Amino acid sequence: MNIIVCIKQVPDTKDVRLDPKTNTMAREGVSSIMNPFDRHALEEAVRIKEEAGGTVTAISMGPPQAEAVLREAISCGADDGVLISDRAFAGADTWATSYTLARAVSSLGNFDLVLCGKQAIDGDTAQVGPGLACQLDRPYVTCVQKIRSLADGEMIVERMMDDGYDVVRLPLPALLTVVKNINEPRVPSLRGKMKAKKAEIKVLTAADIGAEKQCIGLAGSPTQVVSVFTPPPRGNRTVFTGTVEEQIGQLVERLKAYL
Amino acid sequence: MIVDTAREIADEKIVPRRAELDEKNEFPTDILQDMARADLFGIFVPEQYGGFGGGCFEIVLALEQLARGCVGVATSYAASALGIFPVLIAGSEQMKEKYLPDIAAGRKWAAFGLTEANAGSDASGVQTTAVLDGDEWVLNGTKQWITNGGESQIYSIIAITDPSKGARGASIFIVEDGDPGFSYGKKENKMGIRASATRELIMNDCRIPGDRLVGRQGTGFITVMKTLDVSRPGIASLGVGLAQAALDEAVTYAKQRIQFGKPIISFQAVQHMLADMAIQLEAARALVYAASRHIDNNPRNMSKASSMCKVFATDMAMKVTTDAVQVLGGYGYMKEYPVEKMMRDAKILQIYEGTNQIQRNVVGQELNREYTI
Repeated sequence: MNIIVCIKQVPDTKDVRLDPKTNTMAREGVSSIMNPFDRHALEEAVRIKEEAGGTVTAISMGPPQAEAVLREAISCGADDGVLISDRAFAGADTWATSYTLARAVSSLGNFDLVLCGKQAIDGDTAQVGPGLACQLDRPYVTCVQKIRSLADGEMIVERMMDDGYDVVRLPLPALLTVVKNINEPRVPSLRGKMKAKKAEIKVLTAADIGAEKQCIGLAGSPTQVVSVFTPPPRGNRTVFTGTVEEQIGQLVERLKAYL
Repeated sequence: MIVDTAREIADEKIVPRRAELDEKNEFPTDILQDMARADLFGIFVPEQYGGFGGGCFEIVLALEQLARGCVGVATSYAASALGIFPVLIAGSEQMKEKYLPDIAAGRKWAAFGLTEANAGSDASGVQTTAVLDGDEWVLNGTKQWITNGGESQIYSIIAITDPSKGARGASIFIVEDGDPGFSYGKKENKMGIRASATRELIMNDCRIPGDRLVGRQGTGFITVMKTLDVSRPGIASLGVGLAQAALDEAVTYAKQRIQFGKPIISFQAVQHMLADMAIQLEAARALVYAASRHIDNNPRNMSKASSMCKVFATDMAMKVTTDAVQVLGGYGYMKEYPVEKMMRDAKILQIYEGTNQIQRNVVGQELNREYTI
């Protein structure tokens, strides 16, 4: 079973500040961590490997310093780390990121399973996982809370829903995005940390993965951020008083005024 | 690296669970398994048996961080190290090959069976006996207050093999969970370190193979003393980690608690208490680190340094945790805050692995020996 885990380095949310001028997140001097959902994806991959054998490759698209999360992934049980890094990738939205990751995954050879966290805690879009599956033209399930079985080229998983869960069967190779209650991630082992220190992190550039220029980075991104701003405070508030029935009456009267 | 790993275990696995484990008197099996996965059980095992070849200092570093989370959980880890030290110190090559890889990987845990109803501070009062019958040893007796009792798979048991020889008639044996005639008695209900299991071990015509004797017959007490010399700085470091946790709680609280319109840390009475706590803590930490490094150099006599750091750091932990409760005032006395548990946990550190009175005896006797007139 060859498993690829997509990992994103994100700012530590305990530590988020906004640049007062641009209203964007100040990244200078903010510590970075492995996206928490990705830790669960990685843990699941390592557990599958421990049970069924195979390899776990952690990949991350990001600046050179994102290498740190790949080393962390190795300390938690991944066999290899691959950094997808090129100045040309800068400014990518979820579409261009999905394309880039798909090119990278394809260039790594055959895989049985791609695991991603449900979403990254900085962008919170939850789009890259499904986007990557579509680019790879493979089936996917999001918000997986449990892998029930994994054998003979297919898997049965539980997809978390608001009011319970769905049970989904899908053929391999496939992609899953996972939620936090799928497992309890381990603390990196001493041996893992030693291995991570020495590990060689392979770097793939746009040319290495054969990415087309117009599909990556800002150029390949249909989403462009025009401006980021704090919405102005809303108008005056009214607090209704009296019994519940009276309050409802007052609310209905008020709503009628807008009809 | 050891510090980071132990700290992560404490922060991620122990702290969220410690109040519940304390309340329910529950053994933290899954947390010990987390520690095993993180390789923490291998740090004191030589590399040829699958460990990392660390010594007393490395154990001290790990225990300090684990104790910041919970002394009960950390004690369970420490007791496993204590239980296997006799094999490390005096065991044969065969015995090491048999037990150490499992210990290093955390597949099995150990426990140390010395204390009996009439053999506490006076370790020479051991009444458990071992008699050779053919090529098997037959053990009879009851061990009391054994940490990890019923949870470990490997037990170092101190038994008398020759009653006529007093202390020179004691030997150490390895008894395994499931050996015929070996069973567990009452599980104790303790004031503190309630996550740790403390239980009786009962040997009733317990038959074990002849090769379970650790070292030579009659060398049991020497090995026990060497074991305790190496393990006591570990208990001292539990005191350091615990006191650090209490100081962290006290300072954080003092900065937030407003009385008379100001945070209470702005009052000199509180500030001086916190300062004294921090000063005592740093002094203890320095002594524990120095003593454990000294012990790792394998000096001819390590008892004095070992006893000194145990006394100083554990008395300090009792004082600092008591003061932490005082700084938190009424809230400190409530179970909603962690400091009352820390104060309860601290007390055992002054008692187990040789009471602090016995440690002072050791230091005093060593001084008497060193100064010849």
